[in-house]
Amino acid sequence: MLRLYATVAAGGFRRHATYRVATAAGVFTNTVFGFILSYTYIALWDERPQLGGYSMDDALAYVWIGQALITVCGLMGGGFEDELIERIRTGDIAVDLYRPADLQAWWFSANLGRSAYQLLGRGVVPMAVGALVFDFTLPSGPGTWLAFLVAVALGSTVSFAIWYLVAMSAFWLLDGQGVVQVAWLGGLFFSGMLLPLNVFPGALGELARVLPWASMLQVPADVYLGKYEGWRGLAGAYAFQGCWAVVLFGAGRAAQAAATRKVVVQGG
Amino acid sequence: MAGRNPFVPIDRKLSPVQTSVPFIEVDSLEKIFTIRRKAGLLKRSKREVRAVDGISFGVERGEMVGYIGPNGAGKSTTIKMLTGILTPSGGRLRVAGIDPARERTRLAQRIGVVFGQRTTLWWDLPLKDSYGLMHRMYRIPDARYRENLDRCVELLDLGELLDVPVRQLSLGQRMRGDIAAALLHDPEVLYLDEPTIGLDVVSKARVREFLRELNTTRSTTVLLTTHDLTDIEQLCSRVMVIDHGRLMYDGKLTGLHAVGESERLLVVDLERELPPIEDVPGARFVRSEGPRQYLAFPASSSAAPLVAAVAAAYPLVDLSVREPDIEAVIAKMYGGTREERRESLM
Amino acid sequence: MAEALRTSRDSRRAYPLVSDSWRTYRMVAGMWIRSTMTYRSSFALTLVTSFCVTFFDFVVILLMFGQVRGLGGFSFAEVALLYGTTGTSFGLADLTMGSLQRMGKRVRDGSLDTFLMRPAPLLAQVAADKFALRRFGRVAQGLLVLVWALVLLDVAWTPVKVLLLPVMLVSGAVIFAAVMVLGASALFWMQDAAEVTSSFTYGGNTLLQYPPTIFAQELVRGVVFVVPLAFVNWLPALYVLGRPAPAGVPGWAVFASPLVAAVCCGVAGIAWRAGIRSYRSTGS
Repeated sequence: MLRLYATVAAGGFRRHATYRVATAAGVFTNTVFGFILSYTYIALWDERPQLGGYSMDDALAYVWIGQALITVCGLMGGGFEDELIERIRTGDIAVDLYRPADLQAWWFSANLGRSAYQLLGRGVVPMAVGALVFDFTLPSGPGTWLAFLVAVALGSTVSFAIWYLVAMSAFWLLDGQGVVQVAWLGGLFFSGMLLPLNVFPGALGELARVLPWASMLQVPADVYLGKYEGWRGLAGAYAFQGCWAVVLFGAGRAAQAAATRKVVVQGG
Repeated sequence: MAGRNPFVPIDRKLSPVQTSVPFIEVDSLEKIFTIRRKAGLLKRSKREVRAVDGISFGVERGEMVGYIGPNGAGKSTTIKMLTGILTPSGGRLRVAGIDPARERTRLAQRIGVVFGQRTTLWWDLPLKDSYGLMHRMYRIPDARYRENLDRCVELLDLGELLDVPVRQLSLGQRMRGDIAAALLHDPEVLYLDEPTIGLDVVSKARVREFLRELNTTRSTTVLLTTHDLTDIEQLCSRVMVIDHGRLMYDGKLTGLHAVGESERLLVVDLERELPPIEDVPGARFVRSEGPRQYLAFPASSSAAPLVAAVAAAYPLVDLSVREPDIEAVIAKMYGGTREERRESLM
Repeated sequence: MAEALRTSRDSRRAYPLVSDSWRTYRMVAGMWIRSTMTYRSSFALTLVTSFCVTFFDFVVILLMFGQVRGLGGFSFAEVALLYGTTGTSFGLADLTMGSLQRMGKRVRDGSLDTFLMRPAPLLAQVAADKFALRRFGRVAQGLLVLVWALVLLDVAWTPVKVLLLPVMLVSGAVIFAAVMVLGASALFWMQDAAEVTSSFTYGGNTLLQYPPTIFAQELVRGVVFVVPLAFVNWLPALYVLGRPAPAGVPGWAVFASPLVAAVCCGVAGIAWRAGIRSYRSTGS
């Protein structure tokens, strides 16, 4: 069974690897946005050094981590939900449900492959360009890089779980675009994509930092910047991501089970 | 190359002595595509593909012509050039005296197009709204529009459907709706691409009946591409077969059958797996899948004696007869050529 | 002889092309509006989210000014003016031309052919395709911020400055629209490259929300002389605010936005024609 999912993941990787022009276009766009945001952050941190506990070098690293993770952690759309929603709407999903593999695990594997490709194809180049031009904070050693990658993997998992749950809503709503847009909005704002969550003031900041979207960019970035002290801090960060992953995966499963019953009752 | 199929009669209606100019006039039409593809890490190789390779024909006003050939033969490329979407690489082309590539929008007023697998109707809106758009986009005079719409509604039985959103229509209903949409501006020529694909028997019959009626009362010229031989049999007096971008046959349908020596298939389900049935006269063993065997016999002869002979000698469970489809006829006609093409495409 | 005939026919078509396009655009957009209205509740929801998406965009600037008193020497009201002007211009362009972004799909799946078979200008058909009224949310939000900025600003208004505001909004919208057409033209050759256009449209909009003083001078010169986005709002707005134009930019440039917009339209029109010609000779 595990072999099957590994094959699905490899397929997801290869499928996205064929879109070379799209990847190049994406790298270009992420780099352009990286530049624009970097200059606004420089202006901001010029006025307020150490804002949110970040040095200017930290803030710039944050910008480029965000650009690198946009597609990896689904910060602006999960990258698979449109296809899944389309299958639900056209009824093709009935075929998937009768497959001897679990629907959620199937899509999770495919998305894992996609994320891995996006990390290599779209993440590395903007990050390298940003590091060369802006000379921002780099992790203190290979251990931190490794810890960062684990946090990214967990962030990507939370992102999948959220977008899967969003896609499931299409079983009940005729036109799921509204829900997708709300989720898109939540992701954009509460992931810290526009501004680091530790710059958010007061209660809004408190709230933003405990919502699941924080797992997608803020936590990986803080791991990268070494903001978690020692093993204990790191474990806490992973636990935060892991908890949300489990909760949201469970919610996705529940929705899937209810949807399956619905499909079976209606006869597809 | 031109003499590859010397036995194919090219029925040229376009001869220099003829004084009247055909409605559709195609002379040595060519379309060459350049395909770039990766050949190694950074190298790219260029290759020329002759999608349409020197086709000439003429179609008179009011003719109904079947345009057939295997997938990738150049059918849709020809149609795209006839409608002005594609610019020919060489040759001459006139539709109603207009050069399509140069005056695409002017020609658009005079042609109608229906794609079997693609609707031009507005998915979420009632059918009549799509017609309203055609009315205005084609600038059809009001009286003319009403008259044409009423006629289509009556003949295609659309009356009850006008207020129904298109997404709620069945495939057959939608196809009828699409055909009507293509005819509201009184096109002089109608291009139909697989108009009966996926339709049930009743819908197919209704569509064909309508096209026949349109052709006789309005003398609309119709060019039809299809995989359904019955469409051609019931509608077209003339067939053009294209393969490899060349016109292989142009003439009557009956002639095509004779040339292609078409065969029908008898599908025999036996009780168990048995050696090939080779002792039945008039039938030729083709292949077997477990207990199922496929026997070919000439399209011109009856299946009855064959069935009797098989039933007498073998433990029969079920059987069915498959009509020859156009693909098979063409495949037989040109034998090895399709395999060659497949290889060249790899 | 034939050549001469063709050119005369082309010139005769020049004026009807504009009115034809406008007529086609209205018809097709109208159909899409009616289509969306069949899902009323969903439309309301997407309109609200569209407004919120852009509003959150502005919240970022509010959050920034919660921490600092000025950015690059510009006060909140001044940044809000920049934000409101580019937001409105970009919103207008996005509302009318935003669908061009998705044309790559039409080219790939061949449905563009259906458009080419109709007796109506292709650009109008593609631009009005999937017309989404909800994108008006962005325009509304831009205008709202603009009004807020005008209330807060302490500017010595002159007739020229007052006149410059609407001129800036319209020229800016036209410049953004031309960039969108230019990007769509590229899709005839590379259907997957749509995202590059976003760098100049969405990216340009983000860039222009902030004062030019915070960016590297090469970048500023790039958006003046190469991709002339600076004419959308930066140059005219700097004049309104009584600030000097960036180094190397002549003084009259602050009034040049309509001219630049016209040139952009010309370039975009040529690119679009080249794109169609290439499509029709390669079939994509």
